[in-house]
Amino acid sequence: MKRLPYVAFVLWFLLLAAVPFIASNYFVKIATFLAMYAALALSWNFIGGYTGYPSFATAAFFGLGAYTGALLQNAGMWVGLAWACAAIVVTVFAALIGFAILRMRGHYFAIGSIALVEALMLVASIAADLTGGGEGLNVKIMPGGPNYIGRVFLYTMLGIMLAAFITTVLVDRGRLGFGLRCIQQNEDAADMVGIDTRRYKTAAFALSAVFCGAIGAAYASWVAYISPTDSFSILLTLKVPVMVLLGGPGTVLGPIVGSAAFVMMEETIWARYLDYHQAVLGLVIVLLIFFLPGGLLRIFTRRRVAA
Amino acid sequence: MTILQIDGLSKSFGGVQAVRNVSFSLAEGEIVGLIGPNGAGKTTLINLITGVFPMSAGRIVFQGRDVTGQRPYQAARRGLARTFQIVQPFAAMTVLENVVAGALFAGAAPSRTEARRQAMEHLEFAGLAAQAERPAASLTLPSRKRLELAKSLAMKPKVLLLDEVNAGLNTAEIDQALDTIRRISARGVTIVIVEHLMKVVLSLSQRIIVLHHGELISAGKSDEVVNDPRVIEAYLGSKFAARHGARPA
Repeated sequence: MKRLPYVAFVLWFLLLAAVPFIASNYFVKIATFLAMYAALALSWNFIGGYTGYPSFATAAFFGLGAYTGALLQNAGMWVGLAWACAAIVVTVFAALIGFAILRMRGHYFAIGSIALVEALMLVASIAADLTGGGEGLNVKIMPGGPNYIGRVFLYTMLGIMLAAFITTVLVDRGRLGFGLRCIQQNEDAADMVGIDTRRYKTAAFALSAVFCGAIGAAYASWVAYISPTDSFSILLTLKVPVMVLLGGPGTVLGPIVGSAAFVMMEETIWARYLDYHQAVLGLVIVLLIFFLPGGLLRIFTRRRVAA
Repeated sequence: MTILQIDGLSKSFGGVQAVRNVSFSLAEGEIVGLIGPNGAGKTTLINLITGVFPMSAGRIVFQGRDVTGQRPYQAARRGLARTFQIVQPFAAMTVLENVVAGALFAGAAPSRTEARRQAMEHLEFAGLAAQAERPAASLTLPSRKRLELAKSLAMKPKVLLLDEVNAGLNTAEIDQALDTIRRISARGVTIVIVEHLMKVVLSLSQRIIVLHHGELISAGKSDEVVNDPRVIEAYLGSKFAARHGARPA
């Protein structure tokens, strides 16, 4: 039973990796999104799931990564290196900002983190000389044709997802994860048993940023055009926490299950009801809060406890 | 030998002076009672010593080292542990995990396995071994108080500040708690016990410190302190103190 999450992850990973060989480019694109959202959800899980801090900073990290990666790439840097640099820049940014805003708790922290998204969007809009402002920024299109590029980005996103998952497993089993869970349960008591809460929270916030930065940069190269509203999207910053809550926060597999369920729902149901799809998102959030506060995975664990 | 020395500790919250120029020291291995009427500043004093709030003025020396301005996690790692008046478990974790947290982070256990082994010992000591795998939220109040004790013991404290560990317990449970505290003291841990029940204070402590309106009004041997007119006045009012003083007991 303890190995189940790992087995499930490996099967899911292999399935997504096999998509280009068994299905059309449309499904390759969906698989890429599945991997991308899984990695974003795994990232959010560090701060939102394990630590219990309701962060809405996902889009800030994603957008900052997208712009950093795009600018470095346009300046002539090799793509892979540009992505890595974007991840580093975003992580350092998160560590510095986190040290300041992690003093706030609960709603205050949530609002502080959402302000981060808005502030960065304004910066990207105003600094037109550098970022192209509201007109957006073109990124060099990779050579090789759509089939090849589709595969490159699927495997890139899968690689980031794998890295995020391995990091999650290490954190979950280690001292850091245990300390973060203590903070999530009772921050004052955590401080009192000898946990340096400020350092632990900053570490969780930085961990929640590193993969978002890499994904943002890879996304910019993939779509070859970014704009402030697209990169620093409020919808993205809301969607990712909902995915984790849907799957099961503070668990290894929850973000994977949640992101898969969410993206598939998006593709199958919402695409048919374009006018109402945000209303459906709202409905999902409300139903989650009332009926599944522990996420989808809780359905199975509950049954296990009963049996 | 002095293990903890407090010099001129003061704390004001806005215009309210919660603790005013309090000084005392603890000798290694003793049990000291900290008493005072409600609102005297006992819990604030403990919060200041363990770094929960920054102090407005004063100095704290622990084991010969100036630790003024330490944060709670630093106090915990140095060996200054405390329990909470209102118990603070990690509710969704098991009883064992609660104690493991203390052993791992403040007690500096070298590994999770070792921390678990130590935690089991402390649970047995506190009489909670049978509940080790239950969630902490499912415990009754007396058991939660025992969990707080086990958790703070796992932190390998040199000084243990017990903030009303007996509040809300019945007579039988208090006797059990007293026995536990004596056994902790026998291990060489210096103990400060904040308590309202005089029976408990008098039976446990070698010395007593009395706070009133944030000031230290009396300190000394138990029998001296309870006959101090200022202490009687603080608890029972000036009229009673005058009458009591007129007729020496």
